[in-house]
Amino acid sequence: MNVHVDRDKCVGHGRCYALAPQVFQPDDIGNAEEIGDGTVPPELEAKARLAAANCPEMAVIITEDNITNEAGAAIA
Amino acid sequence: MTIDEHSSTRVTDWATDFDHTDPTWAANPYPIWDELRSTCPVAHSERYGGVWLPTRHQEIAEIAYDTDLFSSQSILVNNTRPLTPAPMGIAPPISSDPPFHQGARRLLLPAFTPHAVSLIEPFTRAYCEKLVEELRGQETVDAAQAYSQHIPVRVIAEMLGFPHKDADDFRRFVTHVIEHVDAPEEERFEGFMELFNYLETQINDHIEHPRDDLTSYLLAADMNGEPLDPDHVIGTIALLLLAGIDTTWSAIGASIWHLADHPEDRARLVADPALIPTAIEEFLRAYAPVTMARLVKDDMEWNGCPMKKDDWVLLPFPSANRDPEMFDDADQVVIDREVNRHAAFGLGIHRCAGSHLARMELRVALEVWLAAFPEFSLADPDSVTWSGGQVRGPRSLPLNIG
Repeated sequence: MNVHVDRDKCVGHGRCYALAPQVFQPDDIGNAEEIGDGTVPPELEAKARLAAANCPEMAVIITEDNITNEAGAAIA
Repeated sequence: MTIDEHSSTRVTDWATDFDHTDPTWAANPYPIWDELRSTCPVAHSERYGGVWLPTRHQEIAEIAYDTDLFSSQSILVNNTRPLTPAPMGIAPPISSDPPFHQGARRLLLPAFTPHAVSLIEPFTRAYCEKLVEELRGQETVDAAQAYSQHIPVRVIAEMLGFPHKDADDFRRFVTHVIEHVDAPEEERFEGFMELFNYLETQINDHIEHPRDDLTSYLLAADMNGEPLDPDHVIGTIALLLLAGIDTTWSAIGASIWHLADHPEDRARLVADPALIPTAIEEFLRAYAPVTMARLVKDDMEWNGCPMKKDDWVLLPFPSANRDPEMFDDADQVVIDREVNRHAAFGLGIHRCAGSHLARMELRVALEVWLAAFPEFSLADPDSVTWSGGQVRGPRSLPLNIG
């Protein structure tokens, strides 16, 4: 799984880095960015999905590879 | 505001003649919005020179995002139109439009990041603990007047470096500027003058004695390499002083009110304080205090509505938060709700700059209250009163805590 914050949509509600601080972080003005290249280890996928589902601006984009997609669907 | 003090006539038709300061709205606006959402999703009223009222999440979001067609030059519906010219407006950045808005907001945000806010958390907690100590041993207390209203006032005074003893003045400014929108123009002008005279005194004191606080930070700040216009500094300080007070007071009060009326939720949070941050998001969704407003920039037909230049548009974020198209069980308060894209702090570029501060204050206020008073209930449900207009929350909240 890979996550990406659409910086054109993010206005800094901060829900993603509050819910998944291992995956997202605030920048100097409190807007969000993914940590590193946005690769999410399997044990953090549920948190990353929760973060995306709580963004009021729909700014968190999740890309699942086929295998994790199936696993993710099963978890969800 | 009591019915007697209310100067305009009572509302009988919410689709064509609504008034957001009507006592019925203050007491319980949710049935009004529920009805409008399904029968007239963008209502209109001739009051205040023309106001539109979208009630579904979709239209509220669309207007919040559309800064080309809708201006933030004034965000409080009243009988006059703004005197301060665009793009800055009277209290930047909340009253600013792009592109000015971006720089005015950017310079403010570093002072309100979660990290910056965490630095004031120990002060906030110590103050909340002092307040509950004063209430211990009493049978009945007013949680709005003796607890929730004091917290944001004291915290913002500390952040701005203003004298704590002036707290009562701050609340009077809030009442003038935010609640008395229906007052005659001269009275509103006097209220603004009193506020700006007070701020000028504080600013001059900071110019003479710079210190490590938000006021000195703003006085030293620059925007795109240029020092700030003095009107910009005073307008932003007015915003910081006023915007966080009755809003946060309302959010804390509404949360305590809910818990007083729902023993099972109260017991659950007392037993499991780790659930408080999740519950807070649900209280913010279900009881969002703030409705914002915009001005229509030019005559246009929008979604079939014949909008005129300088018409107001109310953005009732609390109604967006109750839209069943957006939320499962939208009318239920589910304190462990996992998926919660609520819009309590607005949507788009004007997202409340103080949202992280408000969340911290709300969390600390509830943590301290629940630890001190694990058992409490409404002393008299009929004596609970709510402010109306664009900031809604309990103003009288008598509780049995003994």
